[in-house]
Amino acid sequence: MTARALLRLLAALAAGTLFGFGLSLSGMVDPARVLGFLDLAGRWDPSLAFVLAGAVAMAVPGVLLQRRMARPVLDDQFHLPQKTRIDARLLAGSAIFGVGWGLAGFCPGPAVSALSTGLPPVILFVAAMAVGMIVHDRLLAGRHS
Amino acid sequence: MSAYWPSLLGGMLLGLSASLLLVLDGRIAGISGIVGRLLLGRRAALNAAFVAGLVAGPFAYAALFGALPALTVAAAWPVILAAGLLVGVGSRMGSGCTSGHGILGLARLSPRSIAATATFLAAGILTATLGGLLG
Repeated sequence: MTARALLRLLAALAAGTLFGFGLSLSGMVDPARVLGFLDLAGRWDPSLAFVLAGAVAMAVPGVLLQRRMARPVLDDQFHLPQKTRIDARLLAGSAIFGVGWGLAGFCPGPAVSALSTGLPPVILFVAAMAVGMIVHDRLLAGRHS
Repeated sequence: MSAYWPSLLGGMLLGLSASLLLVLDGRIAGISGIVGRLLLGRRAALNAAFVAGLVAGPFAYAALFGALPALTVAAAWPVILAAGLLVGVGSRMGSGCTSGHGILGLARLSPRSIAATATFLAAGILTATLGGLLG
């Protein structure tokens, strides 16, 4: 393994750990908190709006820095989404995702991070999510996408 | 207001994490993409390292604050099962979830991500609100 490949691995581990720590601190690993935001008829909890605002506020300087760079520190080129068209797949997929998110209060990041608790419902959710992803990627989308 | 400082601060760490991955590795920190590619065996070591960090994060939190973050899953298991399947299929079909579209997509002012975020927020709010009223 080259030094750069090792650094890439460490960067991914560090970014993942920071993400999991941030989810814990913000309270977003708790689906009850997420549902508290999404359920407008219950006792409304605005936490998620603060999480999103803080996250975007810190992602903006990262994006501005990235745009001034010729290439990322540990790779030869940036790997950013090239699609620009808002198509039916984007909207249908997002709507399906939103319904699942609103049912249990889990989205992929918090759910995977919550595996740290070892709770059976979390394991069930992540297993079902993995099946959903595999079914989509292997059967619905084909292998190319 | 003071009750929301941990949320704001935690959110800022999410944005910092996404910025780090973007500037160092040149990639979008989209969790559904990372987990999906890991399941397909693509860039397995790197995606596994990020996922391992994601699970380790709460332990780092516990080391600092004395306990893992509190967490309540109220939904019954058939609902959890259906929710997991929908989140899995939907996030891959829609090319992202709350992290890729919601954090980096909004920061990049990507029209696709703005549309995706508005759509999954609306669907999530509608589902959770109806669920709250009915259940």
